Parts: sequence; structure tokens; C-alpha cells
Amino acid sequence: MVGMNRRIVVVGGGIAGQAVCEALRERDRDIPITLVCGEHSAPYDRVRLSEILVSGEDSQTLRLRPAEWYADNDVELLVGHTVTWVDVERRVLGLDDSDELRFERLVIATGSQPLMPPIPGIDLAGVHPFRDPADCEAIRAAAASGIERAAVIGGGLLGLEAARGIAAQGCAVTVVHLLDRLMERQLDAGASSLLAPALAGLDIDVEFERNTQQIIGPQRAHGLRFTDGSELPADLVVVSIGIRPEAELARSIGIVCDRGIIVDDAMRTSLPGVLAVGECAQHRGIVYGLVAPIYDQARVAAQTLVSEAAGAGADALYLGSVPSAKLKVAGIDLVCAGESGGDLEAVVTDAATGIYRKLSVRDGRVIGTVLLGDTRGSEALVAAVRSGEPVEDPLQALADASLSGPADLPDTAQICDCNGVCKGDLVAAVSDGGCATPREVMAVTRAGTGCGSCRPAVKEIVAAATGGLNDEPAYLCPCRKQTREGLAEQIRADGLQSVSDVAAACATGRECGACKPALAYLVSEVCANQHREERDARFINDRVHANIQHDGTFSVVPRMYGGVTTPDELRRIADVADKYEVPMVKVTGGQRLDLLGVKKQDLPGIWRDLGMPSGHAYAKAVRTVKTCVGTDFCRFGLGDSVGLGIEMEKAWEGLHTPHKVKSGVSGCPRNCAEATVKDIGCVAVEGGWQVRAGGAAGGNVREADILATVETRGEALRLATTFLQFYRENADYKERTYDFIPRIGLEQVREVILDEERGGALRERLRIAKAATQDPWLERDDPYHARQFHDLDELEPALVGPPAGGEL
Amino acid sequence: MSTAAALAHDACSVEDIPLGEGRAVTLDGRRIAIFRAGGGWYALDAACPHRGGPLADGIVCDRAVICPLHDRRFDLQSGSALTTGNAVAAHAVEVRGARVFVTLAAAERGAA
Ligand code: SRM
Ligand SMILES: Cc1cc2nc3c(=O)[nH]c(=O)nc-3n(C[C@H](O)[C@H](O)[C@H](O)COP(=O)(O)OP(=O)(O)OC[C@H]3O[C@@H](n4cnc5c(N)ncnc54)[C@H](O)[C@@H]3O)c2cc1C
Ligand code: SF4
Ligand code: FES
Repeated sequence: MVGMNRRIVVVGGGIAGQAVCEALRERDRDIPITLVCGEHSAPYDRVRLSEILVSGEDSQTLRLRPAEWYADNDVELLVGHTVTWVDVERRVLGLDDSDELRFERLVIATGSQPLMPPIPGIDLAGVHPFRDPADCEAIRAAAASGIERAAVIGGGLLGLEAARGIAAQGCAVTVVHLLDRLMERQLDAGASSLLAPALAGLDIDVEFERNTQQIIGPQRAHGLRFTDGSELPADLVVVSIGIRPEAELARSIGIVCDRGIIVDDAMRTSLPGVLAVGECAQHRGIVYGLVAPIYDQARVAAQTLVSEAAGAGADALYLGSVPSAKLKVAGIDLVCAGESGGDLEAVVTDAATGIYRKLSVRDGRVIGTVLLGDTRGSEALVAAVRSGEPVEDPLQALADASLSGPADLPDTAQICDCNGVCKGDLVAAVSDGGCATPREVMAVTRAGTGCGSCRPAVKEIVAAATGGLNDEPAYLCPCRKQTREGLAEQIRADGLQSVSDVAAACATGRECGACKPALAYLVSEVCANQHREERDARFINDRVHANIQHDGTFSVVPRMYGGVTTPDELRRIADVADKYEVPMVKVTGGQRLDLLGVKKQDLPGIWRDLGMPSGHAYAKAVRTVKTCVGTDFCRFGLGDSVGLGIEMEKAWEGLHTPHKVKSGVSGCPRNCAEATVKDIGCVAVEGGWQVRAGGAAGGNVREADILATVETRGEALRLATTFLQFYRENADYKERTYDFIPRIGLEQVREVILDEERGGALRERLRIAKAATQDPWLERDDPYHARQFHDLDELEPALVGPPAGGEL
Repeated sequence: MSTAAALAHDACSVEDIPLGEGRAVTLDGRRIAIFRAGGGWYALDAACPHRGGPLADGIVCDRAVICPLHDRRFDLQSGSALTTGNAVAAHAVEVRGARVFVTLAAAERGAA
């Protein structure tokens, strides 16, 4: 409307600024909004910096919303601009590039700055705070550069996460802490005393009662000197002792501030029309340094803005938050909420296993919990703390909580602390929003998209709400909501032979393409490899039969049955490495040799010169069968592990599977081939073979279940083969055996594969599928397309004018 | 766009790219990925804006391509990012007879 400026300007594009914009848009589609971001990127998820410090992932992936969101929601986004002055009378503010913006009302969300102690040496090179992506990159690069030792000043949540990130780069690290226990703001002495040993197990040293007096230079940091005169060498120093609310802008316009900008219960500052939210704000004496309170504050602030615009008084109130925190350090489970002590406390502790569980009660109500090492029931306990639930027997409550799952929680229990999503929101996404899988629910509610620690709880709740355990892989094609079972039935019934047949019949795989490889496997499996192969449905690895790497080159792993090779093979491998200038030859974790960094166009030549079959190291297929030396040479050998391993590998070679299948055969229970943590594993025991399946030693570790113990090598191969086919036919795409068996149930698996008739039918189908396999590396002489391994470059690109009629 | 600068490059023949796949080529010093999708011919800058993944090696469907390295997805027509992150430059493609012509878009274009 002309002459009337209704614009709301949000100063600061952190989690708080973004949350205010979103909460405002939920309530009012039209009110003009401008978000001014001081940093050089659109709002991002600061919480996940800890994760990125460990993984090295690109900080671009932290963005809270894609670029389109701002256009779609009509929020004007100014990136890389600071607000330098505000004229409250004229309702105008100034940006650092001397542009001016008019506003009606203002939300200050300027966050905080890391606190840096004024000690000598604090400005030296090699000294960093841990606050933004640039800090994260600098710390990671320094930690990975081969320095001797790093130090983290401060043993709070953030300091410990920084130390973990540094240790993950292989760098020795010491946390120096002023007090005599870690995370003293959240933990009591009992939990703290168990935390230090747990950190030691992750190669993080802790030194207590260390008051840093100086950072030793001269050019760059080389160590710390403490007030007691002792020193600690360190070439990288991360300072994490707290935050200082960023209230300068507010102060400069006369807003009443203490540590932070003082706000009332409606999130209003002392100046009419100016609100403050997030780490810059101080509410009832408290400055919160956590995300969950920000969402509550943002909702109230948005409501206040909307009510005021409508001429009404503030009708929503923020009454403070109960702080809760999770330590995001892999290998240590720690959740705490509320106060660390009360007038009645129940504690269950086991120092040997590092478990500490505590519930604190005051005046008959739950006021705090600390869960270390065993966080079962944390959602219920944190919810009890938040609502101040009355409790009679806290010890019983602790015990009950460890038995209850997230699905038993009340709707108001907050599940995702990063995004402030309650259980009721998740259930509504299923019942009203039509979501069917955890992934869909996470996309809609944004639960689980922050630090990720609530994802297991989200999955459980969604599974309960959708009425089935069969959650994530339920849809092979989520766009069209088609299941693997449904599609398999249609393929069988209509005699479909290829991915494009299926697409034509039911429109899968055309919209987003993500399910094409899953369909390709399904078609090949249902048709017992008599299908029509369409390579465009395959991932690049299965088009060129090699594994793509970070720079677009490929790796080549020839088949080495059972990990056994010959001098002649080794010579050929060496010659190939020389001839094609292969950058690295490496012994793999699967007992084979890997040629890494190979150019795509060199692949056919290399395969020809090697003269060995493909090891399928790039495919969802039967992979390695690791073996130990067994009876051939070992003095303990009870069974011929090499023999059985080679037999298995040859019997299954070339078969594709829902996910990779890795096997192992050990000649005795000492288990040198690690067969008990393989997808399929055989272990020779006195009097026979133990046949196992469903083991894992990757992202998860799971001991394989014993399918049966059989007497002969032949029977072991038979049973393992039966299981393989059962898995091929019944697992969802990308479902490893370690998820498959628990989903189906071990008893159910045994019942089918040990049944003579059904087992025999499974083996027969495997035999038919196997007969149609061939070594994919033979495509070196018979490519499916002239440019299977080549880009267009050999064509000399000719410049011509615009094509006919071509005013493009 | 209607300037004389909009030169169409004769990039390849129709047969050079299998249906449903992409291939890369250098045009005017720029690496370009050309796609023969179910929905028609398209061209994008060859490098994924995330970490430079080879988009020509991605999985292609009617209107989009998925980067083979970390699964970012791009609209083939506009180059806009369908998952998170920045967009990639899109170029005009025209098929004349058996030849495929690409007209490069202006050099820089990214997401806001
Ligand atoms: C080459 C090798 C590492 C090495 O140098 O030793 C390797 C390399 C890769 N592994 Fe592995 N894994 C290798 C042995 C293992 C092992 C140990 C083993 O096989 O005995 C494991 C644990 C067992 C397991 O499979 O679970 C292993 C667990 C993983 C996982 C985690 C799987 C899980 O569900 O937990 C992945 C990721 C995935 O599959 O999604 C993975 C994925 C990968 C990929 C293919 C990543 C990718 O998708 O591009 C790596 C390819 C690197 C490259 O540039 O080519 N690799 N990887 C090993 C090849 C073995 C072989 O001879 O074929
Ligand atoms: C590594 C790390 C891990 C963390 N982990 C957790 C966790 O697990 N759980 C948890 O609850 N919390 C965690 N936190 C804390 C959480 O990230 C913060 O509480 C939250 O991000 C604060 O958000 P904010 O928007 O208030 O402030 P900020 O994120 O500081 O955002 C304020 C923004 O305003 C900008 N700005 C300032 N002044 C101006 C101006 N004049 N003009 C324009 N822009 C301006 C700043 O540049 C900044 O981008 C973590 C923090 C870090 C650093
Ligand atoms: S080879 Fe395996 S463990 Fe190593 S970086 Fe790649 S996926 Fe991770
Ligand atoms: S390089 Fe393309 S998604 Fe990472």
C-alpha cells in the first residue's frame, strides 16, 4: 500500500532470524519481510558445524533452506550485509554499503560472539574460536596438517565437540579446563567423573584445574602457559570458554541491555516496535546458548508482531525454557536436561561400563536428568523434566523409562530439539499430511535435519504411526508410492522385461530417477537375469564396471578368489600399474588389490592387460569372500577355509544383490577371517561348520546370527547359497543382511531356508540366474555403446553460426 | 537473447550419446555435459557446483539429473537445484538432422 510501510526487518540471519521469518510467514502471508545476514551465506545450521569438523563435508550442506525458499515465501534476503545504524524516529536503518532500508518494526537476532579471554598471545596465528564455517575449516586443516598436539581451552559441550573433531583428524588433543570437572553447567560430579575416561577412550586427554595465563608464541601458537607455571605444547589452540551476546547495535539505539538485550515475555525490548530473539536476548535474567529455546522465542515473537499489526495486545507469552543438551560425540552417549541435582535423587551407575543415569526431583516433581552411556528412555525423561511431571518413586521412573520407547510419549514431548518438533507434529504429518516414511516426515517437519541425534526416535514414532515396522524401504519409488512387492508382482504378471517397460506400465522412475537402480535390480532378479538390460537405469559404477571416486576417476579391483593370488597375477598387476601410471596400488580391507585413480577411458585396456575377472567391488553384488589360511597351513585349522571360500566365491560370482554381500570363511573359532561380522560367514568348528548371516562391521557392528551348524563343507555351501537367494528375493534395495534378518526375523529365515522343498526351489532359481551371468569386464571387447567408456572429446568441436531459423 | 554472440556449437552426433545418458565435451574452453533424456536434449555445465562431480555420469530421468558423487539433483531445463545448494548453468540445445548444437549461456550464473 502506498504511503504505508509495514515492512519488518530481521537483523541477523542465524537460526533465530530464520526461525522468526518462518514463524511470521506461517501466520501472515503478506506482511513484507527483509532478512539481513551479516555473514556471507544464507542462514545455516550452526549446530552441525561439530559434525562437519569431523567429516569435512562442505559447509554449503548446512543451509537451512534452499535459495528458492526465500523467493517462494517472499522473504527479501540480503546476504553479507551488516546493519550499522538505526534511526528509530525515522524508521530507517543503514547497511555497511551505505544503502538504507525503511521499516515499521525491527527484530534483532544478532546472536553472539565467542568469548576470547584477554590474555597475551590470544591473537597469534593458530588460535581459533569455534563458531562459524571459516573457524571449522581452519581448525580442521590445522589438525590434519601433521602437527604434534592441539589444545582446547574449555571443557564444556562445545569444547569437547571441538576436541573430538580434532582427534578425528588423527591429531593428539588435550582439553584444558579451569574447574575440576567437565561440563559443570550440565553435569554433576558423578557423571563428570565417568566422562573423562570415556573421552580418553577416544584419544582425548583432559587436564583439570588449568588456568591459562598466556599462549606461547612468538610468531604462532606453540603452547599454553598456566598460572601455576606449567606448560603444554600445542600448535593449534581452540578457545571455547563461552559466548558474549551481541547487543552493541541495540545499545547504540538506547535499548536497555544487561548481558544481553532485555526482553519481556512477549519478546519485546524497551523500545516500542523492536523485538529481540535468540542468543542476543536476555529473558528473565537468562541468556540461552541453545537452539530449542530459540524456536519457542521465535514463535512468540512472530505472534506478538502479528497481534500488534492487528492492533491487539501481545497474546502469546514466552515463559522460559528448560535447557537440555546432547553431546554430539560419536562413541559417547550423553543427554542431560534441567538441573543436575534436587532434594531427592535417584542414581543408577556402573563405573565399569561407564553408565550413569540420574533423575532429580524437587517438591515431588521431576526437575532434571543426566543420562550417560545408556540413554534409553531419554525422550520420556526429558519430557518429564520439561513438564515438571510429578513422580513418587524416581528410581522406578528411571527403570520404566528404559523400557518405554519414543512411541509411548505424549504428543507434547519434543523429539527434535534442533528444530523444536514435538511428537504430535510427527504423528500429524502421518495422519493429516499423508506422509508414509520417516524420510517424508523429516522433509515436511524438518525433524532430524539438525544434529541428527533424534533420527532413531523419529523413525520409531513414524513406524508406530504408520502401523508397521516396515518403514524406510517401504516404497521402492516414493514419488509414485510403489512398493517392491507390488512392482515385482506387476513385472511377473505382465511379463515386463526392462526398466522402461515398468516405467511405461506404471510411471515409476521417470520423475526423479532416484529409484532407477532399484528397479534395474528388481527387473533382473524377477526375470532371473533374462531381462533386457538398460544401462541408463544403472548407477555410473554399473555402466563402466568400476567405482567412481571423488575426482571422477575410477578404481579397479580384480577378482581374487578367497584372497589367494599367484606370482603371475601379481606381475600382471604390477605391469598394468606401470603402463597406465596408476597413482596408487593398495591392499584392500577385503583381501584384494585395488588400482586407484584410473581414467575412465583406460578401463578397457587395463582389464585386457590384467586378464582377470571383475571383483565387482563397485556393485551391489557378491563381493569378497575373505579367508584365513585354514587347514592348508595353520596348526589350529579344523576346516579347509580357503577351499570353501573359493568355492563360495565361484558359485556366486557375478550375481547382483539388493546391497553388497561380503563373506568370510574362518578355519577355526579363532576367526581370523572375521567371518562372524560378515553378511555371510562360515566358521569351521570341531565336527563341522557353523553357517552365519547378518553380520556387520562397518557403520554398525553386529554379530552374525547362526543359521545352523552342519557337518560337511558341501552342506555349508548349500545352506549359505540358500540364504543368499532368499536375501536376493526378499530384501529391499539397499538393505544389507544386517537389517534384513532382524526385519524378517531369524526364525522365519530359518524356517524357509532349512525347509527341504522351499530351500531347493531357492537354489534352483539361483542356478538359473547364475547361468545367465558373465564377466562384465568382457565388455572391453564388446561395449554396449561405442562411447561406453568415452566422453565426446575426441570430436573436434566445430564452431558454426546459429542453427537455421535460430534466433535463440 | 538475440545477439550475434550466441554461437551454436556443433557438439556431437545424435548417435554419440546413448538414450538416457550424458556425455561431456569442451566447447569454447568450457566443459559441458550434454544429456539425451527421455524428455529431450539438454546441456548443463559439466561440473556439479557442490564438489565438481561429473554430471555427465549422473542418472538421468525425464527432466533431471542426479550427480553421481553425492546425489544432488538438477533440473535439466533450467539447471536449478532440486535438492540443496547452488544451481548449475544451463545451455540451449537444438538437434538438426543427426547433429546436436549447443548455444552456451552467458558465462556466470549461480543461485542467489
Ligand atoms: C577399497 C576399500 C578400502 C580399502 O582400501 O581397503 C573400500 C572402499 C570403499 N568402501 Fe568400503 N571398502 C573396503 C572394505 C570395506 C570393509 C571391510 C571388508 O570388506 O572386509 C567394510 C566393512 C564391512 C561392510 O561392508 O560393512 C566396508 C564398509 C563400507 C561401507 C559401510 C557399509 C555399512 O553398511 O556399514 C560403505 C558405504 C556403503 O556401502 O554405503 C563403504 C563404501 C566404500 C566405497 C565404495 C565408497 C563409495 O561408495 O565410493 C569406497 C570406494 C573407494 C574408492 O575410491 O574406490 N564401505 N568397506 C575396501 C575394499 C574391499 C574389497 O576388496 O572389495
Ligand atoms: C559448533 C557449535 C555446536 C553447537 N551445538 C549445539 C547443540 O548441539 N545444541 C544446541 O541447542 N545448540 C548448539 N549450539 C548453539 C547454537 O548453535 C546457537 O544457540 C544458535 O545458533 C544461536 O542462533 P542465533 O541465531 O541466536 O545466533 P547466531 O547464530 O550467532 O546468528 C546471529 C547472526 O546475526 C548476524 N549479525 C550480527 N550482527 C549483525 C548486524 N548488525 N547486521 C546483520 N547481521 C548481524 C551474525 O553475523 C550471525 O550470522 C552450537 C553452537 C556451535 C558454534
Ligand atoms: S574407503 Fe571406506 S572408510 Fe575410507 S573414506 Fe572411503 S568409504 Fe570411508
Ligand atoms: S559433487 Fe555433485 S553432489 Fe557432491
